[in-house]
Amino acid sequence: MPAASWVDRVALGLAIWSLAGSAAAAEPSAERQDELIHLLRHDCGSCHGLTLKGGLGPSLLPDALGDQPAESLVAIILDGVPGRPMPPWRGLLVEDEVVWLVGRLQEGIGDAR
Amino acid sequence: MRAERRTAALLAVTLGLVACTTSPPLRGTGDLGVVVERAEGSILIVDTTENRAIGRVEGLGDLSHASVVFSRDGRYAFVFGRDGGLSKVDLLTGGIAGRIVQAGNSIGGAISQDGRIVAVANYEPGGVRFFRSDDLSPIAEVPSTYGADGARSKVVGIEEIADNRFVFALYDADAIWTVGLEDGADPAVKRFAGVGKLPYDALLTPDGHYYIAGLFGEDGLVVLDLWDANAAPRRILDGYGKGEEPLPVYKMPHLEGWSVAGDRLYLPAIGRHELLVVDRATFAEVDRIPVHSQPVFAIARPDVRQVWVNFAHPDNDVIQVIDVPSGEIVKDLRPGPGVLHMEFTPKGEAVWISVRDANRIDIVDTDTFETVGSIEAEAPSGIFFTARANRLGY
Repeated sequence: MPAASWVDRVALGLAIWSLAGSAAAAEPSAERQDELIHLLRHDCGSCHGLTLKGGLGPSLLPDALGDQPAESLVAIILDGVPGRPMPPWRGLLVEDEVVWLVGRLQEGIGDAR
Repeated sequence: MRAERRTAALLAVTLGLVACTTSPPLRGTGDLGVVVERAEGSILIVDTTENRAIGRVEGLGDLSHASVVFSRDGRYAFVFGRDGGLSKVDLLTGGIAGRIVQAGNSIGGAISQDGRIVAVANYEPGGVRFFRSDDLSPIAEVPSTYGADGARSKVVGIEEIADNRFVFALYDADAIWTVGLEDGADPAVKRFAGVGKLPYDALLTPDGHYYIAGLFGEDGLVVLDLWDANAAPRRILDGYGKGEEPLPVYKMPHLEGWSVAGDRLYLPAIGRHELLVVDRATFAEVDRIPVHSQPVFAIARPDVRQVWVNFAHPDNDVIQVIDVPSGEIVKDLRPGPGVLHMEFTPKGEAVWISVRDANRIDIVDTDTFETVGSIEAEAPSGIFFTARANRLGY
């Protein structure tokens, strides 16, 4: 078996890179996305409001989230806020789902129900 | 005299005409109630004798976490919306008799002992606003200002109490305040600070004697004796978690439904899958009952023979029924996903259950546990029957 040409190596590298890339940003299935939005409105909404404009918990609208980095929002959702009512959702949600949710929150999900 | 008689005759004719054309048939409202359809900003008007919806009222704004109190004649429902909306709905005509948007973000309200004042607890701007129940015109405002920088706390757990006063808790300020309103005078506010961290909801015992607030930030609760003008709030059930790491709470318990059954109180623990059973005279814990998950509501049947419990996400498809004399769980029900609320008929032969994700209200016989009726509703949440009109703290 001859050594792989540099073209093959680059192709392999690209393939691995794109796989890794798609894994990091793996979008939930369309069905799961619907479930997540439902969860966001109704279960997150029990503290943050059905329209996400805040309640006992703070507003989750894009203006209110401001320029907080996505990673810290993801961490808050996954691990909760000690001493405050925000619970850790790790165990109920996986990281990819939370990354996707944070993206939707930052761009604003409008009034879709 | 003659003029009066003529007026009376005219009135009679007018009333007769109205009766012939637009007015609803004569009926009482004691078996009516409302169901909040929170996603749609509407309510259903329901009849608990015929087990059906008799009307839908739309255009009530954002009803996430909406709650309702009733005029003392049981005809009008005051609906408190998340968006600060306060709507007065006529159960007989199905019309909106008045509506204002009085704040940016609110949580609920109460109606005074004499039925003349509606109070709304607001998150934004924090405080309580008071309105006349007849025309919703403003009477007074009490901002929940605390600390040196003039910050305003979110207000929770507002209840009406004796002497036409109100009591509420300040979530961010660790405080409980009472307010009295005399005609024409400034509101008389009595402030209790340092009651415990993050009071998140509260209840009034059915006799109006004690106001009890749950604390999210501490392992205990706080009680205020409303019969003793000099009493300071005192801590109860300190350390009920006994240093254990609390479990995550995916929905805050509601304390309005806290049950007082005989000489015992049944309270949802926070961060534990238990009901706390508390002696009503001493507020000492006498027992705890392990339940399915984090309890949200623990509500006694009107005869207090049973306590019905629902649960937080993700276990909110289940209801457990506790038999009070034995302390045993005697029934597990699975009405479906998203059981949000339960309301007993006035004498408790049936309970209405909102099953949010099934878009359905189930009506269950509390003796046989059979489902005896079902009503379609869009994402139903709170259920409120007019029997509340005649109870303190509802």
